[in-house]
Amino acid sequence: MTHTKLIRELERQGVSRRQFLEFCAGMAVVLGLPKAASGAIAAAVESEKRPILVWLEFQDCAGNSESLLRASHPTVADLVLDTISLNYHETLMAAAGSQAESVLNETVRKNKDAYIALVEGSIPSEAESGFCTIGGRAAIDIAREVCGNAMATVAVGTCAAFGGIPAARPNPTRALSVADAVPGVKNLINMSACPANAENITALVVYYLTLKRWPPLDQYRRPLFAYGKPIHDGCDRRAHFDAGQYVESWGDEGHRHGYCLYKMGCKGPATSQNCPTVGWNEHTNWPIGCGHPCIGCAEPNFWDVMTPFYEHLPGVAGASSSRWLDPVGLTLTGVVAAGAIAHGVSEITRQRRGHRPSIQDRDPKTEGEK
Amino acid sequence: MTRVVVDPVTRIEGHLRIEAEVEAGTVKQAWSSSTMFRGIELILEGRDPRDAWAFTQRICGVCTTVHAIASIRAVEHAIGATPPPNARILRNLIIAAQNVQDHVVHFYHLHALDWVDIVSALSGDPAKTSSLAQSISDWPLSSAKYFAEVRDRVKAFVERGQLGIFANAYWGHPAYRLPPEANLMALAHYLEALEWQRRFIKIHAILGGKNPHLQSFLVGGMATPVDPDAQASLNLGTIAALRKLIAEGLDFVTRVYIPDVLAVASFYKDWFSIGAGVPNYLSYGEYPIDDGPQPQLYFPGGVIQNQDLSHVAAVDQSKIDEYVTHSWYDYTVGNDKGLNPYKGETNPHYTGPKPPYEHLNVEEKYSWLKSPRYDGAPMQVGPLSRMLVAYGLGRPSRVKELIDKALAHLNAPPSALFSTLGRVAARAIETQVLVESMHMWVDALAENMARRDYRIQDTSKWDPSTWPQDCFGTGFHEAPRGALGHWVHISGGKIAKYQCVVPSTWNAGPRDAQGRPGPYEASLVGTPVAKPEQPLEILRTVHSFDPCMACGVHVVDGTKRELARVRAS
Repeated sequence: MTHTKLIRELERQGVSRRQFLEFCAGMAVVLGLPKAASGAIAAAVESEKRPILVWLEFQDCAGNSESLLRASHPTVADLVLDTISLNYHETLMAAAGSQAESVLNETVRKNKDAYIALVEGSIPSEAESGFCTIGGRAAIDIAREVCGNAMATVAVGTCAAFGGIPAARPNPTRALSVADAVPGVKNLINMSACPANAENITALVVYYLTLKRWPPLDQYRRPLFAYGKPIHDGCDRRAHFDAGQYVESWGDEGHRHGYCLYKMGCKGPATSQNCPTVGWNEHTNWPIGCGHPCIGCAEPNFWDVMTPFYEHLPGVAGASSSRWLDPVGLTLTGVVAAGAIAHGVSEITRQRRGHRPSIQDRDPKTEGEK
Repeated sequence: MTRVVVDPVTRIEGHLRIEAEVEAGTVKQAWSSSTMFRGIELILEGRDPRDAWAFTQRICGVCTTVHAIASIRAVEHAIGATPPPNARILRNLIIAAQNVQDHVVHFYHLHALDWVDIVSALSGDPAKTSSLAQSISDWPLSSAKYFAEVRDRVKAFVERGQLGIFANAYWGHPAYRLPPEANLMALAHYLEALEWQRRFIKIHAILGGKNPHLQSFLVGGMATPVDPDAQASLNLGTIAALRKLIAEGLDFVTRVYIPDVLAVASFYKDWFSIGAGVPNYLSYGEYPIDDGPQPQLYFPGGVIQNQDLSHVAAVDQSKIDEYVTHSWYDYTVGNDKGLNPYKGETNPHYTGPKPPYEHLNVEEKYSWLKSPRYDGAPMQVGPLSRMLVAYGLGRPSRVKELIDKALAHLNAPPSALFSTLGRVAARAIETQVLVESMHMWVDALAENMARRDYRIQDTSKWDPSTWPQDCFGTGFHEAPRGALGHWVHISGGKIAKYQCVVPSTWNAGPRDAQGRPGPYEASLVGTPVAKPEQPLEILRTVHSFDPCMACGVHVVDGTKRELARVRAS
């Protein structure tokens, strides 16, 4: 489809040329690209070749599927959904039962190494356990077949990325992340958070369509464009942290005036995600914006290492290992230092609680990039 | 006799399998099985009860508020915390918004395609569609040009040959009965509703930071500060934003959703006598309108037995028992016994066929759901139960008014409500009543601001040292899909035991010790099936309950087993 043709089509759908270009510019911001990149995004979105996606749900709550439905700038986001071919998605697809399963089987058979698998939910390690079957097949067998033949796999949400809540202590179903359930999976990208932010899922797709490659990842295989910075660094309450102004009690004056939630248990310093800049539900708000501490939902094993949620970080991490943040109220001025703290604290936290995420043991450079 | 298997049942939350025996074009027997298990209640043991809401919230991302609400209520009940009026009001707004958004999404995106044939819509005449739309509503998006655009857009999509989520469905099935123009109108509204839901749910982002998985819940109150003179609080700017979003919601529900439900129903009136199933209905009631331990509820709770609307009994939680006779769990007291959730005991033990399998052994255990019973009887829960209880008790009066109006419009008796379409209609009526009521709570919030009442949380019970050594609590809630209860035992400031009895467990559970089927199973008996290889009609009845399977499966384990962490190499 040519550029003009697409614009005409969009206009027919009530989307102005300006709105479309604004959308592309917005995407460029999410992706951290220069403004000039919006032209390239517009061209990529117009491409006639629609990549095939299949969305698998295992031990999930459908929260990531719901999140996808909230993708912003609705009319154009609809277009983006039309621009890919979503061949299988249990929550959304019209077909059911054997008709649904045959769509999945056909897609995998005819498009080996040419489709993208998205996975929501963790995967029980043993097929015979019966903890998750679909169409009479075990989740782990489906995951290995579908992700094993995909050109890339996106683990959407913390359950698929790191095991999430089913894998929280004591992990009653021996639930695994995609990385652990499908050894050697190609081009694995972890879009963690509970749920993953729709803006980031859309941005990942547009990234691939535009640049024809996958984004650089952090040590947990998360795209840097969405997980490259601690929440604490971009938090609009940061000035209060630096000034030693904290919420001390729910509903107190500091709470009403947006003081720092660190003492109420905020895990923003140990959590990397772009919530403060991208926001949620079309920039309407974000968790800290509603007055509640960050719970660290984008981090591996957060259900174990970030809890109790209302205990502040030094209590979780141990006072000796987090002297930067202790005593509370000490004015901290070095932005660079805070960045170091963020990773330091999360690492220390993990070690202290003895729950090292299995994915952490892998070398991201050699794993899954064949 | 043909054995029909639908697995996965799609357009639901979670993993549901239906097996049915079809003879002479009718379902003779059916079995409902949940095929996924996580064990979240076991994961909760030993943790801080103030964290529990965030864990239980992740039971479901579709009804993303319900387990958080039930959890904070259960813990508050146990430790004796009293949320202040602002917290009650904010929760009512969040619950109502969840119900309204969820019901609209259910109708258009999860259920409509059982009644609406997308392929037929493509041959709809835009001018005739316009006349049809304008005859049932004054919704402005109704011109022939508009419907032509929708049709052409979807036609272009189909002609490009990649059908995506619409591929391989039952299009052209003889049980589809809408004329092409009604199909086209519904298709247009399917697309509109997709955008509407995204906008309406901003109410949750305002009050909860984000949706799904709102983050403003707190034991003892809410985390959202209230202060008209502070920019980091709910203030008059937020009041105005809420009013606008609610007004838009009311507009869409009144002028699109309700007319669509009535229009679709008028083509399928026989479905008012199909799918009645279990004749008992349970609702805990919802929306406290005053404060204190026994608040008055806007939607009353109650129990209806044998479809007798003249007798609505009060709910007594001690009459609730769960059975595992046909569920993949073992009871130490014997698998034919029922246990009240306070004594709930569950040891997961899968005895089903080794995957991959063709059929379940329905004579034995066949589901991860338990079978809850009230006073020994299976109960339906959900919008129909709530509306029937309200109708029977005559309050709120708006419910009776709207039910009578809908029945008159369809020329149907009240008994028509006991059916597959009755569940659909009740859900729509409830949506209307709720979206109309939301202004009342926004006004109450503004009045509290005027009185300078900014309290949002009972700070006196935040510190675990203020709690009794051992305490027990229940938290009841009406989720979109029905009656939800959480039971918690706290010991030494930590969770000793946690149990949820969930709407989809009530509705989708398997047979009990007496062999009595659960509501899904019972309602499918007698359902016509024109083509067993395309069991569209089975989907209609199952979807009318709005299944939410991740919610339904849960476990509490009496024994303290520390299971090994296993990693695939």
